Amino acid sequence: MNLALRDIRHRLGRFLITCVGVGLLLSVALAMVGIYQGVVAEALTLTRSLGADLWVVEAGTRGPFAEASRVPGDVREIVARVPGVAAAGAVTLRTAEMAAPGRIIRAQLLGYEPGRPGGPSAIAAGRGLGGARFEIVADARAGLPLGATVTMGGDRYRVVGLTRGLVASGGDPLVFLHLRDSQELQFKLSPPASRRSAAAGAGAGNTDTVNAIVARLHRAADADAVAEAVRRWKHLAALTDAEQSSLLLRSVVARARVQLGMFTVVLLFVTAVIIALIIYTMTMDKLREIATLKLIGAPDRTIVGLVLQQALLLGSVGFVAGLSLLLAVRDRFPRTVALGPEEIAVMAGVVAVICILGSAVSIRAALRIDAQAALGG
Amino acid sequence: MAERRTLIGLSGITKRFGEGEQAVRALDGVSLSVAAGEVVGLRGPSGSGKSTLLNVVACITAPDAGILALGDGPVWEGGHYTDPDLRALRRTRIGFIFQFHNLLPFLDATDNVALAMTLAGKELGAARARAKALLAFLGVEKRAGAMPARLSGGEAQRVAIARALANDPPIILADEPTAALDSERARSVLDLLRRVAAEREAAVLVVTHDEKIFDRFDRMVTLRDGRIDAVA
Ligand SMILES: Nc1ncnc2c1ncn2[C@@H]1O[C@H](COP(=O)(O)OP(=O)(O)O)[C@@H](O)[C@H]1O
Ligand SMILES: [Mg+2]
Repeated sequence: MNLALRDIRHRLGRFLITCVGVGLLLSVALAMVGIYQGVVAEALTLTRSLGADLWVVEAGTRGPFAEASRVPGDVREIVARVPGVAAAGAVTLRTAEMAAPGRIIRAQLLGYEPGRPGGPSAIAAGRGLGGARFEIVADARAGLPLGATVTMGGDRYRVVGLTRGLVASGGDPLVFLHLRDSQELQFKLSPPASRRSAAAGAGAGNTDTVNAIVARLHRAADADAVAEAVRRWKHLAALTDAEQSSLLLRSVVARARVQLGMFTVVLLFVTAVIIALIIYTMTMDKLREIATLKLIGAPDRTIVGLVLQQALLLGSVGFVAGLSLLLAVRDRFPRTVALGPEEIAVMAGVVAVICILGSAVSIRAALRIDAQAALGG
Repeated sequence: MAERRTLIGLSGITKRFGEGEQAVRALDGVSLSVAAGEVVGLRGPSGSGKSTLLNVVACITAPDAGILALGDGPVWEGGHYTDPDLRALRRTRIGFIFQFHNLLPFLDATDNVALAMTLAGKELGAARARAKALLAFLGVEKRAGAMPARLSGGEAQRVAIARALANDPPIILADEPTAALDSERARSVLDLLRRVAAEREAAVLVVTHDEKIFDRFDRMVTLRDGRIDAVA
């Protein structure tokens, strides 16, 4: 007969209340893990969705995310001719505020040439950009419906398509627009002084400036070799997708990631201590019963099983409760709470380890209980 | 009955609680033996060491000095236990009817009795069947499914007796088992213990204040200040 379950059934209400408490605690810990994973995932969604194998940027920079980068638009043709490159597209990147009816939406604008690399990999609703001007494809996170119009730089843009889950490393929704629109917008949104000098034809006088060229490579091509070939151009630098990704994680979102990561560790530690204390209290509540078991000759195995099984049951029920709670509310978070099967499995393992380690102290105490403690009234 | 095998043998057992000035000599050189089939009563004023004596025999309390032998040979000798697994000894060879019953509050009457048997290796179904039979034998079959908190003192006492008898132990110890019972029940419990002693050749040692049942014992031992006072 299973003593752990029988004892729990005997004081079910109390056990369930304890489970609710553990569940709330675990939902916070799970949320923290999800938020941490969300920051990591969001940092990488942009590069992932563009499917870029190679980023060609201004020499001496590690752009376009970690540092500002400007290259002439015609570099795209140079890159396209490099052996191993299948396709290349020029892109611009800048954050901007879009005026929608009744509100301002902060967004990451990504200008690209439809038909070339740089656009969204999938459209969730509506269509992608065509040849027409003043159209945008916005991420659902921006909260704009299809057909809505927004104003930027005095021009009205119409939402023709929606994507899902495409955000910049800071969490702003991505908004795609035609490269030409973005270059004009760049000009309109830049400070008046520089605008005047550019209009007067001073300096380079070239408005065909982009922030990076993204290239897709042939299947057989070696990204590092192609990057090496590109770097031979004096005014260009190149980063492979792997380099760009690690740059994003180690530089762009490094502080946010480490901050959240450290807090997650602190939270898991606190969770472990609290669960250990709860298990200890549960065990000490049963001091007389454990002593009685010893009186009637129950072996240590029985007592260890009683404590450990209850601890694991507490952890499991609490985990399921916490997870359900979090999954029910996670879409209300303003940024991604990334909790996939993998994170859930890992956290389940962490909770199991916490329960087993947390039981250790209680088991030690339970095994030391003197049988005589059960004698007397 | 002179040649009956001795199942409980104490020789010069001493037990002190506390240190120095406040030390209490609960047992002071107690020697006593109980043979198979014998039912011995233990009486004495409160605090004379009766419970301590029973706990020493059950290997719940370790003595300070002396020799304790149970059946085959000494289990306490020279200041230590000879068998490291006292609990195995307790669950297979000793049936203890505790003064305060000590039933597990989360198991019903049947499973409180059955647990003692499953701990000793019996299969659960068979253990429950025997538990029910024992409860019926003790007249509490109607309470077989009741939780201990819902049992009266007398009912709980009889469930505790059933548990003590469950594994057919050769040694049965009882600390005031009839305290919660009326005199008729008290006599029938004693008669039951006498029958177990006779049928199974068990040694039975019972602490009691209850003069109404003194006649049911083969022998009465009186403790006073931790010493055996007189043998009747
Ligand atoms: N665990 C203990 N710790 C300290 N003193 C104890 C303990 N158990 C018993 N005693 C003392 O030992 C003496 C004998 O107690 P006990 O065996 O319970 O007596 P009885 O059962 O005859 O009333 C008493 O003075 C009691 O206070
Ligand atoms: Mg007593």
